[in-house]
Order: sequence, then structure tokens, then C-alpha cells
Amino acid sequence: MRLRSGVFASCCLLVQALGVGLFLRGFFPLPVRSLPRNGAAAEPPPEPPPPGLSSNWTKGPSPLFKKAVIVLIDALRDDFVFGSKGKQFMPYTTQLVERGTSHSFVAEAKPPTVTMPRIKALTTGSIPGFIDVIMNLNSPALLEDNLIWQAKTAGKRIIFYGDDTWVRLFPKHFVEYDGTTSFFVSDYTEVDNNVTRHLDKVLKREDWDLLILHYLGLDHIGHLSGPNSPLIGPKLSEMDGILKKIHTTLLSKEGEVASPCLLVVCGDHGMSETGSHGGSSEGEVHTPLLFISSAFDRRNGLQKPTELVQQTDLAVTLAIGLGLPISRNSVGKLLLPVVQHNTMREKLRYLHMNGFQLSRLLQENMPAYEKDPGFEQFKVAEKSHGSWMKLYLEGNTSEVLLNFGKKVLKQYLEALKTLSSSLSQQVAQYDLYSMVVGTVIVLEVLLLFLISISKALSARAEFEVPLSPPLCSLLFYLLCLTLCAIHVVVCTSTGSLSYFCSISWLSAVGVIMLVSGLLCVLLSALEKRFLNPKLLVKNPAASTSSWSELDVLILAGTIGHVTSLGASSFIEEEHQTWYFLINTLCLALCQDICRHYFLAKEHDLQLPSTAQMSPAEVRGTSSHPMKDVELLQDDLKKTRFPLSESAGGSEKWMALATPWVILICCRLLRSLNQTGVQWAHRPDFGHWLTSSEHKAELSLLASVSLVLIFILVQRKCSLVSKIAMALGLLGVYSYRAAIGNVVFPWQQDSKDISKGITEARFVYVFVLGIVFTGTKDLLKSQVLSTDSKVKFIGLWEIYSGLVLLAALLLRPHNLPVLVFCLLIQAMMTKFVWKPLEFDAAQVTIMHYWFGQAFFFFQGNSNGIASVDIAAGFVGFDHYVEIPAVLLTGFATYSGPLLWALHLLCYLSSDVNRNPAAMGHGCFCYALLHSIPVAAYIILVTGLRYHLFIWSVFSPKLLYEGVHVFISTAVCMFFTAMDQNHSRKGPV
Amino acid sequence: MRHTEIKRLLSVNVVCIASIILTTLVPSLFLENFSVLGTHLIWLCICSASVGTGNVILYLIFKPNPSMRRNSIAHKVAKFIRCCVYFFVSCILFHGIIVLYGAPLIESILETFLFAVLLSTFTTLHCLCVLGPNFQAWLRVFSKNGAMSIWDNNLQITTMCSVVGAWLGAFPIPLDWDRPWQVWPISCSLGATFGYVAGLLIAPLWIYWNRKQLTYKSR
Repeated sequence: MRLRSGVFASCCLLVQALGVGLFLRGFFPLPVRSLPRNGAAAEPPPEPPPPGLSSNWTKGPSPLFKKAVIVLIDALRDDFVFGSKGKQFMPYTTQLVERGTSHSFVAEAKPPTVTMPRIKALTTGSIPGFIDVIMNLNSPALLEDNLIWQAKTAGKRIIFYGDDTWVRLFPKHFVEYDGTTSFFVSDYTEVDNNVTRHLDKVLKREDWDLLILHYLGLDHIGHLSGPNSPLIGPKLSEMDGILKKIHTTLLSKEGEVASPCLLVVCGDHGMSETGSHGGSSEGEVHTPLLFISSAFDRRNGLQKPTELVQQTDLAVTLAIGLGLPISRNSVGKLLLPVVQHNTMREKLRYLHMNGFQLSRLLQENMPAYEKDPGFEQFKVAEKSHGSWMKLYLEGNTSEVLLNFGKKVLKQYLEALKTLSSSLSQQVAQYDLYSMVVGTVIVLEVLLLFLISISKALSARAEFEVPLSPPLCSLLFYLLCLTLCAIHVVVCTSTGSLSYFCSISWLSAVGVIMLVSGLLCVLLSALEKRFLNPKLLVKNPAASTSSWSELDVLILAGTIGHVTSLGASSFIEEEHQTWYFLINTLCLALCQDICRHYFLAKEHDLQLPSTAQMSPAEVRGTSSHPMKDVELLQDDLKKTRFPLSESAGGSEKWMALATPWVILICCRLLRSLNQTGVQWAHRPDFGHWLTSSEHKAELSLLASVSLVLIFILVQRKCSLVSKIAMALGLLGVYSYRAAIGNVVFPWQQDSKDISKGITEARFVYVFVLGIVFTGTKDLLKSQVLSTDSKVKFIGLWEIYSGLVLLAALLLRPHNLPVLVFCLLIQAMMTKFVWKPLEFDAAQVTIMHYWFGQAFFFFQGNSNGIASVDIAAGFVGFDHYVEIPAVLLTGFATYSGPLLWALHLLCYLSSDVNRNPAAMGHGCFCYALLHSIPVAAYIILVTGLRYHLFIWSVFSPKLLYEGVHVFISTAVCMFFTAMDQNHSRKGPV
Repeated sequence: MRHTEIKRLLSVNVVCIASIILTTLVPSLFLENFSVLGTHLIWLCICSASVGTGNVILYLIFKPNPSMRRNSIAHKVAKFIRCCVYFFVSCILFHGIIVLYGAPLIESILETFLFAVLLSTFTTLHCLCVLGPNFQAWLRVFSKNGAMSIWDNNLQITTMCSVVGAWLGAFPIPLDWDRPWQVWPISCSLGATFGYVAGLLIAPLWIYWNRKQLTYKSR
């Protein structure tokens, strides 16, 4: 079957997207999850009934503590309390830990060690899986069953002061709250004073049951100057003073009422040696966890090493301490020392409740839960608990009862440990079978791409896909049968929870046929390619002739980028790679332009016979055909020369200036948004502009940018869309003014800030209008005229509509990114690509590189935190899933998308010169996306037990995956455009 | 003729390499606490100065491109001043390019500038010595098929190697190894130096290897 390279590329990319999807599904297991919380809280399980009797304690246990205060200190590392720093700067806490009535633990946080997932872990007791963080990006409120919700339902009054993440996670849960924002990292005093100022008043009052304080200052100091900074000491002392104040107030109150109070001190995550967090180094993961209450026994100086527990254990311990039902998704286990002072019956009851909840969670998540050792242990323990109850109710109070109780206790603890760990493991288990199938598909497609390069990029831009012979061959059927057999064996043998096994039988067979079919096609294409000697002779002359420095750079850059993905630092700092590459590209272009404008003269003067060796040719072979080609090129240059001469001097100087202007633009953009990890804390223009003192500057910048966008975009639009564009950009400014980013000059001090829904919808109308006009033009060009001009205008209108949408969605200080994007595109097109007649493949690669660089210029990084979720809410009252996902996706990938669309516009205008340009462009675009994703998938599979897999490699994998889906869509659009043209051709 | 020429070239290059090696060893005799990594700025100054003077002296002795024109004192002075201006402009230009590549604009400006001086020494000064302040000649040498003697070839190779070395030297900077040589601009200047040394070694070998194909034509 003969396919044009565009169609071929889109088909391949589509199959590849399928493979990537399968791989991602296998790589990111769904989180352990119970049903969402339902209306009423489930009744706590009764005590296991002793045989023949019934228990007289069926209601839930009463709370152990009357009031609880949770002090969460952001980025509190374990050695800040238990280490030498703690001794030096936190004397009161140290004294409490060593001799006071307290229990201290080291709680281990699971990566990603970022505040929001950590708060979720602390309150729900579940482990927010990686994918969970992504899934919940859109919904700010925590919908899972959690401690705070349970407390509120139980009628407890909760007061919260601190990081406003809590306020967003638990809206309407607190009777009183004051959220502080963690946006200004350089502020580490005010942010804590805003919490502490409420403390005196609140501690005097009696009208609360749970007080939560979240201090951010320490984290900010860590980000600013690391864990060894001199600022840490005073901050720890300040925290110590606060703890002392709270503790003494609580103690003085306890005199009045019988029930004791509880003070919990914990950190959400630690900090690394550089002061950042998010990864899984020891300093980031280990946090202190302190329970202080007069109910506990006083420690008698005996220094035990602090026990290592999980952060998730806090939720269940607090739930029991406050007499609340345990959250359904909690995988934590009760910290027994906290309930040490209770009677044996109570302790057993608590452990039973905990075990019951864990085993129910296991039942909901694992089909074969009965075989789980933890479940079996729990059943045994439950049974012996029943017999203990029998003894107890019979009134036996001897030593036997105590010893038997201890034995049951031990059984319960064992069972809890096994249950908890098997539940936690489920979060981190890879579905290797799906991953392998996905990888195989991706690799086969990549190989097919690589084999077809020379044919697809030839002048005909066609590729002969050998479809019918391999599909009828014996090999194909044999492969299908073998793979089906393997599928059956894998799925039935271990009882593994592979996703690929759980999909329907028919689709599994379909995928298997696809895999084997691709393999057969690949083999026959290889055979055709290498066993046909004629092709081999023809190709080298065509391929090696045109290796200029630019081509070498492009090849080296692509390979270099792919290899750099193996190092976690290079992934964190991927923006550096792209900035470096496009800078070098600009310099190489500068050289090319110089050669084009200056040395053509020299060539004119020199005799053609003075073909000498130069270092540029060292790379190639010095065979004779090559020299011929070179002479041919020289001739071509000479014929081209008069043209450029007649174009005049100004164009020449503009062309020479273009790379430098672009370099300066890129340097400015680079300092607009600092991204990455190592240098992310450096001050940048973006933060300077968004801080509230510089509103006037931001307004000026935004308005200038909008005017420039209009000037740059309107050149090629029709009149109607010009007007629509202008109105739309005005709408963008008024939207920004409405949400309070910028100000109109005439309303300096208006305070009313709305969500700007009307304004945003106003802009959406124009976006849709412009895109609609564009589509209409495209259809018109397809049906009626044969003029490619109309089609170009249609494409450009669609492009400008998306520019308008990007102007609306991007962060307010990122409008210059859009301006520079348009400026660079315009300059490149006018002065570099068109006059120097780069071929479609080179232009495509340059577009791809710039697209990648702009992805980072707009402030993205390879971490999840930099995704701007606010873009999904623009113009909507509340969260609506599909538009929110689409808008967030567009805002995140607007750089690469706009460059891809510009490529389409450019190639469609270039089509007269080279009819195969569209096909070449589409093929190159698909290939460029396919190489890194295939390499990265293999890499991630190899590194799946790497220390940084969840903090560094997985987010990047998600970004790559989404990028492949988006580029598949773009490629389809490409092909559709190409289709129109070719259909028109023969007419 | 050809062989003696290549031998002369080789000896010049070996002297240049030796001068670079000496700059890392000799100063520690006179200066306390001197090390290439620790006191990098001092090393940058010493290295640029010694390579620069070495180059100038060597090319005054060997005179690869003897000019046939008049040699009045005034002409020589003018030429010298033009050389200085060219060198200074190239330092500024390199500094600009390095900043465009992402070096901080204001902080560590001294480091950046000294690195630019080092790069200029390896490239521009070398060109000035061989070709003189003649922009047309530079354009000729750095275009395809422009070399007119083995000195020109040598120039092409060493210049390219130093620039590529500096370019490659930037790659280790983002890695989180926390090594002393990852600090700006140490890895880049070391890369440039290694590139320059490699170029000095490769050039005679390459010319020797390709001596059959190399046919120079004087204009």
C-alpha cells in the first residue's frame, strides 16, 4: 500500500499514542481507594463477639482527649528537633522529649514531598499516589473521607491558622480560619506572625475542640538559604517559644476539667541539604512527630531511640484519640504508645477497629484479598480477641487474662503491620506486562519511522508500506498465536492485576494482532530496504551531499537531548538544554546568513576549480560525487545571487541582525521565569512583576504586549478577524483588570475584584468567532478555489484565534512570551527561512526546538507544581471537567502548540515552492516526538527503582505522554490540510 | 619544503602547549594557595597572559604570513593599535555571547569577562598573529575552501576546537554532583583550554595525514 508521508506519519503516531497510553496505565497504578465518603459516617465495628455471649460495649469508644492542638511546622526535619540543633535552639521541646509526658517518633513521608499531598496524607491517612496528585489538580477541595471532615461531622469546632492550602482543601470546615499564602518565599517572619497573632486570644477561649496551626516560615528559610543557614536557629527558637506557650496554657486548663488535652507537633516534609524538597532523600523524608499530653506517663530519663513510623499513622491515631471514626482510605496503623495508658480492653478495641478498617479497604482493592497474609492474621487475631472477651466478661482478672491479652495485642500488631504494608505496596507496584506491551508498540513504530526516513523525505514524499504480503504470511499468524498463548499464560498464572489482562478479550487480541502485524511490516520493510541493491547505491549520494554545519548541529542536538534524559539533573534542568540548543542554533544561523550574503561574492570571484578541502568537509567523505554536488551547489548559489542583490541592502542587514535580536529576546525571556530546581529560587522578572507593588508596571507591560500582539498578528488576517482580534485583546485586558492583575489608568483605587466571568466569556466568543472564520475559509479553499492563498489565510486565522486564547489563559506576566514568540516567528520567516530557502525538514526541526524552549520560557518545568491550574477556571463559575482539562492543557502546552501551528502556516505558504513540504514537515514533526518518547520509556523502565523515580522521572514521563497525545492531534490536523491540497492537485 | 613547514608548525604548537602546562605549575612556586580550581581567576589571568605573549613572540619569530608591503614605523604602530582594538572588541563580543547563553548579567561579571578574555586569547589573538587585523582575510579563512597555507588550517582547527571545547564545557554545570569544578566559569574555561590543547595537537597530525590532498593556491 502506498501512503503519503504525512498520512503514514499520522498513522504511526496514532499507534504510538496507543502504546504510550498503555505504558502509562501500567506505570501509574491507580491509587488505593475506597468509595468516596458517603452521607453518614459508618458505624464503628462492634467488638468481636465472644462465642455464645454478646458484648455490652457496642457504641464507639469515647474520646481520649478533650481538645487537641496540631502544630504543623513546614519543612521541619527530624534533626531540627532530635538532633544537635534541637538541643541548642529548642530547649523546651527537647526537655519534653527527654523527660516530659510525651511520645516522640520519626515519621517517614512518602514522595512527592510537597506540602499539599503531605497534608492529604496526614489528614486522610492514605498515600496520595502520583497520579492522584494529577487527578486532583483540578478539584481543590478534598473529597475523600478525612479526619477534618469526620471531626466536623461529629460536631467538633475546628479553628485553623496557617497555610491557605488547608482552607482550599477543606472549605467550610473551619469555624474560624486565617489563611496565609506561601507565595512570597522571601518573607519568613510576617508569614508566621500572621499565625501567632491569633494564638493568645484563641488559647484563652473555650469554644473550640481542634486547633490547627501551620507555620511556613521554616520552609521559606530553607528555600532561601538551606538547612544550615543562620536564620534557622532563631526560627526554631521562635517555634519552641510557641510550643511552650501552647503547652503551658493547655496544662493550666487541664486543672479545671478532667479530660486531658493533646498537643501534636509534626512536620509535613523535611528539607534536602540544599533546602529544597519534593524528592526522596533522607532529609526530605524524615520528619519529627511528637505527641504531648499530661495523660502520658512521665519519661524517666531513659533515652530510647525514636521509633520510625509512617506519616499516615497520624490520621488513625488522632481519630482514635478524638473518638472519631477512622477515615476509610487510611492505610495507617495505630501508634500504640499513645493509647498505652488505657485498659487492655480499650486497647484491643482500638486495634480491632483499625484492623477492621484496613481489611475492608483491602477487600475493596484486591479481588484475592482472602489469600493476603495480613487478612489471615487479622482473622486469627479477631478470633482470639473473641475468646479473650469471653474470659474477660466472665470476670476473670487473673494473670492469665493479662498475658492472653498481651498475646492478642501482639497478634493484632503483626496483622496491622502486614495489612498496612501490603496496602501501601499496592500504590508502588508496577504493572510490568502492560508496560512491556506498550514499550514494544512504541519501539516498533520508532523503527518503522527510522527505516522510512529516506523514502519519506524524498521528493515524492511517499512511502510504500508493504501491507498485504506480510499480513498473509505464515509468520504473522504464528506470531499472533504465540502472543495469544503468552497472554493467556501471563494472565492466568500469577493472578497478577495487570491492566492489559483486565481489558476485554477482543481488544486484547486486537492489540496483539497490531503488535505482530507491525513486526511483520517492519521485517518486510527492512528486507526491502537492504536487500535491494539499487536503492543502496542511489541513497548515499543524495543523503551525504547536504551535510552542512546546521545539519550536524541539528542531529547532534537531537541525539544529545535524548541522551541527556538519562540523568535526573538534566531532566530537572531540561530548560537549560533547550536554551543552550536554540542559542547555538541562532549562532549557526548567523553563520549561514553571513555565508549567504558575504561569501557568495567570493564564490563569484573565485574560479570554480578552486575546490579545496576545508574543515567543514572533514566529517564527510571526500569522494568525487560529493565534489560534483558541491560544484552544483555553487552554481545554484550563483544563479540565486542576483536575486538577493536586487533585494537591497536593508534586507541584508535585517537578516544579519535577526539571529542577534532573537538571541536577545531569548535572554530576556529566560530571566522572565526561572524554572527548574537548582536555580528556581533565584529572583526573576516574573515574581517582581506579579508582586502587588508593581501593578502599574505590569499593567503597562500587559497593554504594550497586547498592542504588539495585535500588530504582529493582524498582518495576514482578513478584515473581519482583524476587528474581532482587536476587540478580543481589549477583552483580555479588561478580564485582567477585573480579576485584579492589572489596573486601568482611570480607576486607580478600585477594590472590587470579581472572577471576570463576563469578560472571559466575551473573549471566548471572539476566539470561537475567529476560529470559525478560519475554518470557513479552509472549507472554502477546499471546495471552491484552487488558490492556496485562501487556505493560508484560513490557517492563519485559526492560528490567531489560538494566540488570542493563549493571551487570555497565560499568567499575566507571560504576555511578553507571546509577543516574543510572534516576533521571532515573523522575523525568522521573513529574513531567514524564506530568503535562505531552508528545506521543510530543517524548518520543522527548528520549529520543534523553539516550541520546546517556549514551553519552558512560559514558566513550565518538568515538575508538577508549575502547571497553572487557574487556567482551567477562566470564565467558569465552578469547576467543569472537560473545559477545565482542555484549557489547562492548552495553557501548559501553548508554546509548542503555537509553534506547531505556525509551522503549518509556513509550510502551507511554502507549498508552491515545494509541493512535498507538508508531507516532509508532518513526517519530521512526528519523528521528532517519537524519538525522545521511545527512548524515555525504555529509560524509565530501566530506572523504575531509582531513588528519584517519583520526584523527577515520573512527572517528566507524564509531560512526555501528554505531549505525544497533543502532537498526534496536531499531526492529524497536518494530514487533513495536506489531504486537501493533494486532492486539489490533480483537478 | 612541506615537511619542514609542518615541523615548524608542530614545534610552535608544542611550545604553546608547554606554556599552558607551565601556567598551571609555575605560579604555585611564587603564590601561596595557588590552584587552578581554588584561585581560578588568577589562573585565568596568568593563562591568558602567558598564552598571549607566547603566541605573539612565536609568530614574530616565525612570521608565517610575511607581508610584502612597506614597513614604516607609523604603519606598524597603526597596525598594533588596530590589533588591540580588535582584541578588545572580540572580548566584548564573547562576553555578550556568553551572557546571551545564560551567564548572569551583573553578578560574577568579572568571571565572565575573564573567561571571554581567555576565549579571545585562544581564538582572536591567534588570528591576529597569523592574519593581522585584516577582516577580509579572516572571512576568507573561515569560509569553505579558504585556507591558503598550513598555518591557516592550523588556525581553523585550533579556533574551532577551543570554541567547541568551551561549548561542551557548559554541559556539566546543571548536574547535581556539587564538585568544585562545576562552578561558573571553571568547567567552561577548562573545556576551552582542553579544546585548545587538543586543537594544537590535532592540527599538525591532520595536516600531515592529509598532506597529499592539500594543495594551496596563492591568490
